[in-house]
Order: sequence, then structure tokens, then C-alpha cells
Amino acid sequence: MNFTLKVWRQKDAKDTGGFEAYPIADISEGTSFLEMLDILNERLVREGHPLGPIAFDHDCREGICGACSLYIDGRTHGPDREITTCQLYMRHFKNGATITVEPWRSRVFPVIKDLVVDRQALDSVLQAGGFVSVNTGGVPDANAIPIPKRDADESLDASSCIGCGACVAGCKNSSAMLFVAARVSALATLPQGRLERAERAKAMVAKMDELGFGACSDIGTCQMECPKQVSIAHISRLNREFLLAKLRD
Amino acid sequence: MQHIIVFNMSQKLVSKIPQGPIAAKWTRHKEEIRTVSPANKRKLEVIVVGGGLGGASAAAALAELGYNVKIFCISDSPRRAHSVAAQGGINAAKNYANDNDSVYRLFCDTIKGGDHRSREANVYRLAEVSNLIIDQCVAQGVPLARDYGGLLENRSFGGTQVSRTFFAKGQTGQQLLLGAYAALNRQIAKGNIRSYPRHEMLDLVMIGGEAKGIITRNLITGALERHGAHAVVVATGGYGNVYFLSTNAMNCNGSAIWQCYKKGAFFGNPCFTQIHPTCIPVHGDQQSKLTLMSESLRNDGRIWVPKKKEDVENLRNHLIKPSQIPEEARDYFLERRYPAYGNLVPRDVASRAGKERCDAGFGVNRAGKAVFLDFASAISRLGGQVIEERYGNLFHMYEKITGVNPYREPMMIYPAIHYTMGGLWVDYNLMTTIPGLYAIGEANFSDHGGNRLGASALMQGLADGYFILPYTIGDYLASKIQEPPTDVRDAAFEEAEQAVRMRINQLFEIKGAHPADYFHRELGKLMWAYVGMARNHEGLNKATTEIAALKREFWNNLCLSGVPNEFNQELEKALRLADFFEMGALMALDALDRNESCGGHFREEMQTPDGETLRDDLGYMYVSAWEYKGENSVPQLHKEDLWFEFVPVAARNYKD
Ligand SMILES: Cc1cc2nc3c(=O)[nH]c(=O)nc-3n(C[C@H](O)[C@H](O)[C@H](O)COP(=O)(O)OP(=O)(O)OC[C@H]3O[C@@H](n4cnc5c(N)ncnc54)[C@H](O)[C@@H]3O)c2cc1C
Ligand code: FES
Repeated sequence: MNFTLKVWRQKDAKDTGGFEAYPIADISEGTSFLEMLDILNERLVREGHPLGPIAFDHDCREGICGACSLYIDGRTHGPDREITTCQLYMRHFKNGATITVEPWRSRVFPVIKDLVVDRQALDSVLQAGGFVSVNTGGVPDANAIPIPKRDADESLDASSCIGCGACVAGCKNSSAMLFVAARVSALATLPQGRLERAERAKAMVAKMDELGFGACSDIGTCQMECPKQVSIAHISRLNREFLLAKLRD
Repeated sequence: MQHIIVFNMSQKLVSKIPQGPIAAKWTRHKEEIRTVSPANKRKLEVIVVGGGLGGASAAAALAELGYNVKIFCISDSPRRAHSVAAQGGINAAKNYANDNDSVYRLFCDTIKGGDHRSREANVYRLAEVSNLIIDQCVAQGVPLARDYGGLLENRSFGGTQVSRTFFAKGQTGQQLLLGAYAALNRQIAKGNIRSYPRHEMLDLVMIGGEAKGIITRNLITGALERHGAHAVVVATGGYGNVYFLSTNAMNCNGSAIWQCYKKGAFFGNPCFTQIHPTCIPVHGDQQSKLTLMSESLRNDGRIWVPKKKEDVENLRNHLIKPSQIPEEARDYFLERRYPAYGNLVPRDVASRAGKERCDAGFGVNRAGKAVFLDFASAISRLGGQVIEERYGNLFHMYEKITGVNPYREPMMIYPAIHYTMGGLWVDYNLMTTIPGLYAIGEANFSDHGGNRLGASALMQGLADGYFILPYTIGDYLASKIQEPPTDVRDAAFEEAEQAVRMRINQLFEIKGAHPADYFHRELGKLMWAYVGMARNHEGLNKATTEIAALKREFWNNLCLSGVPNEFNQELEKALRLADFFEMGALMALDALDRNESCGGHFREEMQTPDGETLRDDLGYMYVSAWEYKGENSVPQLHKEDLWFEFVPVAARNYKD
């Protein structure tokens, strides 16, 4: 298969950046999108292209580490659903297509280089309260508190978030509500996380606001963009948790 | 019981295994080692390199105790360490299933699974602390699978006859890592840990023969930085990417441990690598990595190839579908060869059996390099919904990659490089041969011998990080309470930083024709062909010569773009690859030395008439620990003899 890739090139955070077009040929259907970028990069290195190879984040290449990102033809993680960019295969594109590739666009994710953005704000939000305050050792037996299967499953569903940031990047407000809700919900559904639920919700929401993430206007693009299909139902839970916490104040 | 009494042959290898009955060793050791008071802990600094299960758990536990911790990782967040990709589960000897499991049984299974090439005392301790890990994770809010009564559920993994594996669908590693990462975050928020993501360790700094710090490269700016501490812990994972194609993540590498090796830490059992039987087969030459299909699938999946060549031909030409081949025309070769364990034999055994069928011409894809993993009988027994609940995300992943729906047609699988049992040699305290330098998780060689059992790496990483290192490191740090913080202006830091800078400049000066990936792919082919699933004397010699030639070619003909002081992923790759050549050479050397077959190390010269591994217990019941002797010298082999007081030395038998 043959394609033309229109790729965002930006030298560093200060550079204004712009698109460059690269034709690429002889790509097989079973090649992944990132493997295609590898092939292009090998060529750019060999040719001694003045901008060098295209920088992009990736690691596990199986949809679980959350490192890969990219807007592909204007969509986070590309046109296929329920996957990350690294799980996107070229059989999803028409032969001869021009494909536009950009970094996450969001004021909270500044570009580092080309397609690589800084997502440390997500870590900061979790540091504000996305944990259970237990130290290592001295904890009860794992079966001491039975947990209804339903609750454990729901917690796991929320906990499937891979922290890629697609929900933020896909939201016109750059809201991190789904990201925060997923963590709050994952812990609030379990007895172990329930004790600190009020403080947790408040602290994480406050941190999110402080870091410049926008407000949620309930459109639901975040769920659609989420490669793990984390449900916006968790946002309702977060809102409830947050309100309850505020009422108690 | 056969007693083989031997002593450590090498003076330099002191394993520090405590005396006494196996079940009392760890307890007694903890009583005997020194501790550090809370006031003194605040004055001590520890560097942890790596934010996977090993590193994150260690950093969190050390910070909770009061030490000042700095943690480093390559990715933009510790949550992305490759531990996140572990699918199947984590073992513990809880015996919740009431199937007569115990610490002793987990210990025996692990020793036997490792083909009697691991230390009894270490393995027993691992089994002993396994239960604490599950308790800890549940307390952190890790949503492990539960049954309808609200209690924890278990599944089986290879090499055992009990159900002791805890899991969270096919996302166990992710969930455990989120637990450890949350504990880490809590300590970062408290100011007890400083986190340095996108920082790669490029050298170890030693002062007065002790580990005192590291040199890192800031991956955003390219700046070289110095970090000092009272002790250094490396938890940088495995080096499977020496093979280019593996189930490891793209950034997995062996550079941190390799730099430690070059500074004097011995390297243990470098040739012990694990080939995982159930990976998605290679699809073509544009491929960058291989994807694992979890071992847990072997609970319900049955592995087979057709009995008749004619069916094989038709499958390869897409003339029939696998589901059309009748039951009696299928060869369930694991069930046939290993009736007692069936599809749940250990990984090395399953991998070789699959390769044997493919080599005999029964491989079911075009390339002749695939066997079936079939869920049809489980689906008809349990219903599709149960299977979905158990493996939903794995089936989803398989379909996304291959375009085949595994609920309808069987999966195709083939063995691939997955895990490295070898790593830095450590004593019972997890300290390397360099005082003050510790290695934990996959980065050390410690507990798995010649073959690791499934669901035991997560257990080992968290055992090391939460429950072993935080105790044993105190024994060393107790002697450092008078020492001021390490001064990074020391000449040793200057020298190490200069050396790194020179190495980087050297790479840029080559100005050759081929990018790093080109050489990496070539190295991978050599490694897989000669130091892969089946090894022999001739091939290993060939590997040694060819790796050396390729390495020369790399240093003469690498094409690197950009400059040192910028975000430069090509430079990152080239630096890691430069080390992979040297590691590959050591792996071949070690494989050549070990003239026996054991676990994942299969020397073709040493096999039974029916193709099973043939160990040589008199000749090779030792850990090989290699000492670096300089750029142009052959490394020196030290042997740590192993002895087995509790699990009788016998050939592995999964047949009856
Ligand atoms: C696909 C897959 C599935 C698996 N499934 C299972 C399973 O079901 N059960 C099981 O028990 N085991 C499983 N394993 C094995 C297990 O996941 C790993 O052995 C284990 O997680 C390794 O943990 P670790 O902390 O040692 O290393 P990792 O998780 O690999 O972490 C290494 C860390 O070190 C950092 N790092 C590396 N080099 C440097 C450097 N030079 N400088 C700074 N930082 C560095 C990395 O960024 C990372 O943070 C699986 C492995 C794979 C690949
Ligand atoms: S590279 Fe890990 S999720 Fe895509």
C-alpha cells in the first residue's frame, strides 16, 4: 500500500512548528501505524533529512502502557475504535490515502518535539490523592473483607484507564474529568478506598483545576475517544462523591 | 534424597545464605541483620533506577520507612513500565482453593520449574512472602478477580497442579503496577521521593569501591546529570530485546545492568532466556515487536496441529478452516506427550514441543511457523460468556492484530522471546558484587534458575521491592549513618560523566550508512538463529564471530541523526544497541560454557531420545557469574555451586 503522510514537525517547545508531507510506499496491510512510522524514520535517517526522524512516544505496542498518542486524521488514536495508536493497522486505511498526523492538541499537554507531548499534569493529579493511604506491611488478609464481585468488576473497569490522555486531548475544554473520575471511582467502589473517598475527590478535582484542565460540559466525547471505553458513568459518581464531600464541609 | 555437598568455588561469590532449616532461614536472617533508626534514615539517600513493579514497590517501601529516595525511569511516567503489560497473573501460596497448596509446594514447583538451577533459600523466601503481596495489593485497592461470594478467585498456570494464580482479567500487571505507582505517588506527594521520568541511567558511579551514584541523560534536553546517594538499586527489567523481536516493550534494554557489569558487578546466568510458547506469530519483515497471548489461556485452550500433512497444506492455502478438521484428525501434542500436565506444562517444554511439530512440517500458517490454540471445547463446555469474562481483552487484542475472531476459529501461536532469567548476580541480600549496589526484579538473576514459571515474575518483583530489599538494605546502610551525602563534584562523577560524553560523541562521529534499527534487526536474527530456542556448539561459535563482526560494522557504519543535546530517540536506540552487542556476545559465551540442556537453555547435543532436556548435574549444577575483564579480554567465569537439601535433584517429569 502507498500513502502520503502529512506530519506535524516541531523542533522543540519553543518552535512554532508546521506540517511536512512524506510519501511512503510498499506498506503491507498487516503493518501497524507505528511500524510505518519506523520505516519512514529509517528512511529519514538514511537520507539525512534536516529535521531528522519524527519523534513520537511509544513503548509496549500492545495498547496497555498508554505511551502512544497522536491525532490521526483529526481523531485521537486514529479512525478505528477501542484501540490505541499502536494497535492501529494499515488495513484500516484506503490505499493511496493522505493521512494527517499531529500531536495531542491541548493547553495542558505542551509539545516537547514533533509528536511528543508532556503529560506530567496527569501524574500530578494522581499525586494529589489517587491512592489508598496504607504503608507496606501490617495489612489484613486479602480475604478478610469480602468484596461483591459486581464492585470488584466495576472497580477494574474504571481502573482500565491507561493514562494516555486521549480523553483530555479529545475534549474541546481539555477537561480531565473522565481521567479523574476513573481513579476516584476505582477506589470508591472498594471498601479499602472508601475511607478517604471524600478527601480524595476534593483533592484531585482541586488539583485538576489548578493545573488548568477545563470544566466538563457533559458532551461525552471523552468516552468515545477512550481506547479502553472507560464509561462516563464514572463522571456521575465523581460528581456525587464531590458534592457529598462539599456538603460535609 | 541425594545430597551433593559442595562449596562455593569462587572466593568472590559470597551468597550469604543463612544457616538453619529452610523454613527458618529468612526469619533468622531478619533477626540478625542490622537496622537503621528513623532519625538516621532521614539522613540517608537511596537511588532507585526503574519504575516497574520492582522499582516502584521498592521506592515506595523505602520512602515509607523514612529514607530519601530518588526514582528514575525512561518513560514519561513510571506507570508505563513494562510490568504494565503482564497479563496473566501473580502466584501466591494462599491455598484459598483448598487444593493442598502451601509455601512448601510453591517452593518445590519453582525449584523444579527452574530445572534445579536456582538457590533453594531464595526460592523458599519468595514463596514465603508471596502471601503478603496479595494482602498488600488488596489493601492498596487493586481490584483482583473475585467470585460471587466476594472472595478472591484463582486460576492455574503452567508447571503446577494447583490453582494459585491471582489475576485481574488479562490486566494483572497493569493493576498491580497501578497499586505500586499509587504508593509511589503518595510518597512523592509527601516529598519523600523525587521522581525523574524521562531520565536514562547511562553509568554507575563508584567511590572507594562502593556504589555512590549514577550518571543520567535527561531525555528531553539531552543534558547529562549527576546523582549521588548512599546506595543504588537497579530495577531496570529484562534484556530480551537483545533479540530485537520479543514480547518486551520497545524501550526495554539491558544498558543499566550492563554498565554495572562493566564497573565490576558480576553477571549471572546470561544465557538463561525464556521463550514463551503462546505469542502471535511473526507476520512479516516490517514487524517491530511480538505480542504475547497470556499463558492463562492454556487453562481453557487446547494446543494442536493436524495429524495429516494434507490438512496442513489445505490450511496453508486457505482451502479449509481449522474448525472443519475433525477431532480424530487433530494431534493435541501436549496432551499426548505430557498426560499429567497436558496443556499446562512449563513454558520451555511447551515451546519446544510446538517447535518440534513445526520443524516436522506441521506448522499451520504460510510460513509453517504456527500451531493452534483452540477454545472450541471450552466454549461448548462453559459457554462463550464465561470465556469472554475470563479472557475478553485478550481475545479482543488478538482480533485487532490478526483480523481473526478467536471465538470462532482457533488462535495461531508460536514461541517468542519473553523473559530473561539471567541478570546481575546478587547475594541473599539482593546486593551485587559491588557494595551498595542492589538489583531487584527481572534485572537480577535470582530466583528462577533455568526457567521461570508463569505468574512468578510479578511475584518476585514485588517480593523484592516490598518485602525483601527494604529489610536487607538496612544492613548495609547501617554502616553509612555517619557518612555525609555523596558529593557529586567528586572526581569519580567527573570521570564517569566524561566517559559517557565520549561514548555519545563517538557514536555521532561514525557518520555511516545505516540507522540503529538496521543493526538491531540483524543482531536479532543472529541471536534467534544461534542463541535462541535450540543451541549447539557450532552455532554458538558462529554467533560469537558474527556478533563481533556486526559490532565492528556498527561502530564503522552507524548513521545517527541530530545532536547529543536534544530529544533524540535515535541516540537512545544506538546507546542501548551498543550494549546489546556486548550482551549478546556474553550470552553466547555462557551458552557455550553450559554444555547441558536445562530449562530454557536447550543444547541440541544434550537431549534424551524423546527430545527432552538432558541436564548434567555433576558438571553444571552452578550459577555462572561472569566478571568483566576489560574491552578486549575474555570475561572470567566464577561458579557459585548449587546444592539441594530439600528438593531432591531429579530430572523434571511432566509426563506422569
Ligand atoms: C507481555 C508480557 C507479559 C507478562 N506477563 C506476566 C504475568 O502474567 N505474570 C508474571 O508474573 N510475569 C509476567 N511477565 C513478566 C513480568 O511482567 C516482568 O518480568 C516484570 O514485570 C518486570 O518488572 P521489573 O520491575 O523488573 O521491570 P520493568 O517493569 O520492565 O521496569 C523497568 C523499569 O526500568 C526503567 N529503565 C530501564 N532502563 C533504564 C535506564 N537505563 N535508566 C532509567 N530507567 C530505566 C524502565 O523505564 C522501567 O520503568 C510478562 C512479561 C511480558 C513482557
Ligand atoms: S505503545 Fe503502549 S499503549 Fe501504545
